[in-house]
Amino acid sequence: MLQSNDQTAEATTAIVPEKIRDGIDLQINGEHYRHTGDPQMPLLWYLRDVLRLTGTKYAGEHGGNGADLVLVNGKAVSATNQPLAKLAGKTVITVEGLAANDGTLHPLQQAFIDEDAIGCGYCTPGWLIAGIELLHRKPHPNDGDIDQLPNLCRCGCQTRVRRAIKRAAAGKAVQR
Amino acid sequence: MSNRIQLSRRRFLQVLAGSAGSLLVGIRFAEAADAPLPPALLGDNIHDLGPYVRIDEDGSVLIGARDPDTGTGVATSLPRIIADELDVDWDTVRVVALGLGVDNDNGKPSWTYGHQVGGTGTSIPAAWRDLRQAGAVARWLLLQAAARRFGLAASRLRSDNGMVIAPDGRRFSYGSLAADASKIALPGNLPPLKNPADYKLIGHGVGDVDARAIVTGQAQYAIDHYYGDAVVAVLSHCPWPDGSVAHLDSTDTLAVEGVLKVVQLRPERGQPLGSTVIAPAVAVLAENTWAALQGQAKLKLEWKPGASHDASSNALEQQALGLLNSNSEPTTRVRNIGDVDAASKKAARRIDATYFQPWLAHATAEPMNCLIRLDKDRASLVVPTQAPQKASAVVQRLAGLSADKIAIRVPRVGGGYGRRLDHDYVAEAVMLAKVINKPVRVLWSSEQDLRNDYYRAGSVHQLGAIIGHKRQLLAWNQRMASASALSGRGVPDDHLWTSELQADQLPAALVPNYRSDWYALQSATPRGPMRGMPHLSNAFAVESFIDEIAHQLREDPLNTRLRILGEARQLPLDNGRMLDTGRLINVLKLVADRIDWKNWLRTVNGLGIACWHIDGAYVAHAIEAAMQGEQLVIQRVVCAVDVGRVINPTGLQGQVAGATLDALSIALNAAITIKGGQVQQRSLKDYPLATMAQLPNDVEVITVDDNRDPAGASFLAMPTAAPALANAVFRASAVRVRRLPLMKELLRLL
Repeated sequence: MLQSNDQTAEATTAIVPEKIRDGIDLQINGEHYRHTGDPQMPLLWYLRDVLRLTGTKYAGEHGGNGADLVLVNGKAVSATNQPLAKLAGKTVITVEGLAANDGTLHPLQQAFIDEDAIGCGYCTPGWLIAGIELLHRKPHPNDGDIDQLPNLCRCGCQTRVRRAIKRAAAGKAVQR
Repeated sequence: MSNRIQLSRRRFLQVLAGSAGSLLVGIRFAEAADAPLPPALLGDNIHDLGPYVRIDEDGSVLIGARDPDTGTGVATSLPRIIADELDVDWDTVRVVALGLGVDNDNGKPSWTYGHQVGGTGTSIPAAWRDLRQAGAVARWLLLQAAARRFGLAASRLRSDNGMVIAPDGRRFSYGSLAADASKIALPGNLPPLKNPADYKLIGHGVGDVDARAIVTGQAQYAIDHYYGDAVVAVLSHCPWPDGSVAHLDSTDTLAVEGVLKVVQLRPERGQPLGSTVIAPAVAVLAENTWAALQGQAKLKLEWKPGASHDASSNALEQQALGLLNSNSEPTTRVRNIGDVDAASKKAARRIDATYFQPWLAHATAEPMNCLIRLDKDRASLVVPTQAPQKASAVVQRLAGLSADKIAIRVPRVGGGYGRRLDHDYVAEAVMLAKVINKPVRVLWSSEQDLRNDYYRAGSVHQLGAIIGHKRQLLAWNQRMASASALSGRGVPDDHLWTSELQADQLPAALVPNYRSDWYALQSATPRGPMRGMPHLSNAFAVESFIDEIAHQLREDPLNTRLRILGEARQLPLDNGRMLDTGRLINVLKLVADRIDWKNWLRTVNGLGIACWHIDGAYVAHAIEAAMQGEQLVIQRVVCAVDVGRVINPTGLQGQVAGATLDALSIALNAAITIKGGQVQQRSLKDYPLATMAQLPNDVEVITVDDNRDPAGASFLAMPTAAPALANAVFRASAVRVRRLPLMKELLRLL
């Protein structure tokens, strides 16, 4: 709305900086966010309902099959069980943040495509997050290491996931 | 303009000119074929793509996938059938999920695409002819259009990767021909189909069309769709399906910021569709999911049981044994060939065994959910369903709308396994949308889903084999007691057995005297279809029992099977199909060779084998397993399948390996128990699907590719995995497991 000149002058002199609202600062997939709502809101609902990053899936009250896994400071954790209050200053990576900015897929994402390690695909983001954490810890995981993944899949993708992880690990070795 | 060819009594191939010079070809059903195509179908809204193929002027090729993809790969395999006949580069094809197709023919709604159902093994067999013909007609029209431009006979032209090419090398792209092609009259006879030797896509493997979207988190399931202002509803269900609210105080819930309303749902029971809400529920409606969940946690809610308050799965099993041991008349004599009783008198020996199987839940990855916008005169939904027409029927009845006023979108579905053939969650969404007068998303948790499923009922199988003096199988007597998945669904009593037994299951047609009886049990716990049923439970009993027969006869179980199967021949089945024993023998031998069966007695580990057939498809498993202390280690798993023509070998391999692991996972540990009328399991911790560590590291899949019309494969490999494992366990441990889940029983018997 247009205002008269003197009103504008008056308003200018009366400006008081807005009080900085309390909030939780987060870094998600390289972007900065400030959450000013309920600090107890789980990360999962912040991602899905607020940011509409729906790649991290709802898998039940306790994280169920692991489809809700995200990387928090590099560690795979259930987004369902992470209140935002615990995430202040931490970096979060979701499945949407695994590929490079130019669209180049993470070697494990590519390996999932190459090995057709996908059934219905709903739990796939969780497998990728858990698999990438494993590859960070152990660049050449053996079967026993892969056995430790907590994810569940009723479509029966486990053998193909195992192959994909090995393929991604082998690819890394070649690159080095 | 539009013209069409009649394909069969009810189906038409129809060609239309789209806006902006596109060519559209589709199969429509008789009742829909006369209806004018809504203008939206010709526009740019690809979600409303009507026909199966659309070629645009810019050369882009859009192919619709008719059936919901629950992870079975039909969104990849069905469009590839069209694309091959059309002769286009797969990389230029975009696949669009069609959603429910409804036409309004002068106020009489009909289904545009016929029967749309996913995950029942019917998609590829149903589509095989139609889709090739759609592709071939589109290609024929493009060739005709090019012939006019070149001034040459169409017979002198060839197509290649989206181009029509003249003998001298001149070429036109499909895109540039699309507009002209759409104006050409259809041929009187259908153009010939490709010679299978020329297939470039059919029979050649490709990964899932949605793979990239899935690994980048971009693929959207129903649960990922948002109508801006949709209210979120979370539900607390009564633990007794016939119970009711004893006490409800929602004061604290309503005090939660964002909570809008608390609504009691008192569902009707015994509806003809059997697919309304299964238990009374209290819904908390809120502005967002977190508010709804917090509100739900603050409900003060107590339930009181109904008539089923003392039901238990144990008691039901005792009742089943009582029935089977009482010599009472069966509810249904499913099959009676020859004279089992007369054959018994000639018996050299008789072998009997009883097998037990637990109740099972579906445990889909994507929880039940439904997004609905319900206005006075129309409804639109985004639903993860295997059967959008059944979902529509629920909305029609509860909202009082006709089918053409209901739009149903079905994005990729996060697992089905039969759970999403029932639509209680859709019914809840309709009921809540009526109360709140805003768009609603019904959202279940997976824990809630486990407690409010349409379960696979537990069963008891009594098997008897009469062996003659030449060690031949003289007679077979199978008696099964279970609660039918079909009761309460308007199915006549004499058909309730069809969800439990198959009249044609092995060794029917192979034994001169064969009798199978079904005994009905009553249960208030809801039941429904489950991936592979009734083959899943029966194959375990039958294929374990054949192993027992082999053991008693001191025979190699592979030889026993081959002896029962006899010569390679075609035997008529009850359902009008033929049992091709040669194909069954072939898959058995394939897995036996691969796993080195001739060493089955010499190996320190156990080898087990099993075979089965489902609707013209054949499967065998061979498994090597060993006990390491109290640990069961599954060392090798080989599966061979013969489904006729293989459309997508990559997809088939995935389905076979996947179903094998699913079946092993269920057989090892999964059981639902009922006590005090309630399901006891509370989370996946109580219903342990197998982890990576418990499953074999690999599944070796052998596919037999031949030129027969393709059969379905989505659950083909389910039935034989568990009996092959149990048979291997017997060789490895001398323990015969006749009760699932296997690990619990094995540790009890060891």
